[in-house]
Amino acid sequence: MVSSVLSATALLAAAVQEAAPAAAAPPPTVSPADTAWLLVSTALVLLMTPGVAFFYGGLVRAKNALNTMMMCMAAFGVCGVIWAVIGYSLAFGTGGNYLGDFSYAFLNNVGLDAKGTIPHVLFMAFQASFAVVTATLIAGAIVDRMRFGPYLAFISLWTVFVYAPIAHWVWGGGWLAKLGVLDFAGGTVVHINAGVAATVAALVVGKRKDFGRQAMLPHNVPFALLGAALLYFGWFGFNGGSALAANASAGQAFTTTMLAPMASLVVWMLLDFFRNRHATAVGAATAIVIGLVVITPAAGFVSPQSALFMGALGAIPSYYAIVWRSRTRLDDSLDVLAGHGVGGITGALLTGVFADAAWGGTNGLLHGNPAQFLKQATGVGATIVYSAVASFVLLKAIGMVTALAADAKAQGRGMDITQHGEEAYSNGEGALLVLETVDATPVVRPAAVATAGGVA
Amino acid sequence: MKLIVAIIRPDKLNEVLESLYRADVKGLTVSRVLGHGGETDAVETYRGTTVKMELHEKVRLEIGVSNPFIEVTVRAILEAACTGEVGDGKIFVIPVENVYRIRTKEKDEAAVTPALN
Repeated sequence: MVSSVLSATALLAAAVQEAAPAAAAPPPTVSPADTAWLLVSTALVLLMTPGVAFFYGGLVRAKNALNTMMMCMAAFGVCGVIWAVIGYSLAFGTGGNYLGDFSYAFLNNVGLDAKGTIPHVLFMAFQASFAVVTATLIAGAIVDRMRFGPYLAFISLWTVFVYAPIAHWVWGGGWLAKLGVLDFAGGTVVHINAGVAATVAALVVGKRKDFGRQAMLPHNVPFALLGAALLYFGWFGFNGGSALAANASAGQAFTTTMLAPMASLVVWMLLDFFRNRHATAVGAATAIVIGLVVITPAAGFVSPQSALFMGALGAIPSYYAIVWRSRTRLDDSLDVLAGHGVGGITGALLTGVFADAAWGGTNGLLHGNPAQFLKQATGVGATIVYSAVASFVLLKAIGMVTALAADAKAQGRGMDITQHGEEAYSNGEGALLVLETVDATPVVRPAAVATAGGVA
Repeated sequence: MKLIVAIIRPDKLNEVLESLYRADVKGLTVSRVLGHGGETDAVETYRGTTVKMELHEKVRLEIGVSNPFIEVTVRAILEAACTGEVGDGKIFVIPVENVYRIRTKEKDEAAVTPALN
């Protein structure tokens, strides 16, 4: 009897001992090294938003330069706030297959605890920087004409109703994640999504007033190059940081992110040269961005050699998409569809071709797993359909409340003056100072220029 | 022959050039100028400094034309540059003493007749 009790106790003790390691799996802890890299990465990704601002700002006409840059910078405000209030929770709350929940609404329960190996608050900030830059990409399709208020309304709602759900599908444990779609840093969530939404926006908002009748040339190509350079720099945080740790995968993503645009730049300059006899600067800026877009879904899943191939191959569809678009009546003014849409699709599909289990992730087509290619295609298709339909509905809804496009007269004067009451390149001549006195009687000091009997 | 000077809105320049081209008017000079023609001043604000932009950007066209082209040129500009609102600009037709074409040393009417190449 005694012995049996003893043995039972011993068994129980053994069972407890066996269960202990499983029950007390080491609580997730914050790694200082990973935290440091993600702090840097978040700041790098935030730099991409002004990068887009300069890229787009340089490509529009001088009278619309500020408006275009403001469309990007203002996303920091509206998209950042809406992300904190509800977007993050809908994307990364546990929720179901299609949407998160409200558990992190207004950043409730987002604290210093570890999410992976970094603080949860930092993870939220890193994701916020993605949400902001994604929304700004849309601006390129509707520059020179979309009114500022409706634009802000659109990107705010878009962040909640389009970006957050798709982010949940891919990164928040949703159905595309469960299906095994590979998207390292946002080829579908960010680029295909923004590219499709931008195309829909260009169609719904309508063409610019003189589109197709008048050449609309970039007013500052050096700005576009500066923007591309800032994007390249920031993208190291975008892709490198998406490893969510300071580890080998981050090093791999950094390297592939460096190599792909190099290859696409070479291919683009060659295509440009054989087509137009010149390697153009606007083309070079575009090529760098497209190389970055193409490698984004694959950054942590392919070898550096594959990254070179992906960059080189990725340049081709986008190049011809731009050639094709300029012959159509689609006024996707700065070619967001060709750059981010087509580039994103190419990247997502090529990820299914070049992915290599030896370099993280799973094998792709080239390594004997054609199923991965089909999964990638599913992710692409789902993103295109949802983004197109939801963006269309949002734009139509806003369009029912107020006009989306500025009228022809406002477009003629320029969006800087009509939307913001400022000019990018005012020379200050003929400006009268309006003095507002304490008793609120405006005093206008006469200008030093004679205007009476003027000729105009 | 006359010198036609037209002050127009910058955003109407392309339409005016198109219209002049259709009217077979060739040879002109374009300059960007600042001016004021009684239109409402745009109010701009730069971080607390509010200003009224008294001078607006305009474009000035100068076209030397032979007599048969005076009416044609004026009409082409009138039609293309008009929005119907204050600030559309003006056209001045100014008598010209002499015109010389530098390349050929041609004088007056011959100098403002488009060269055939």
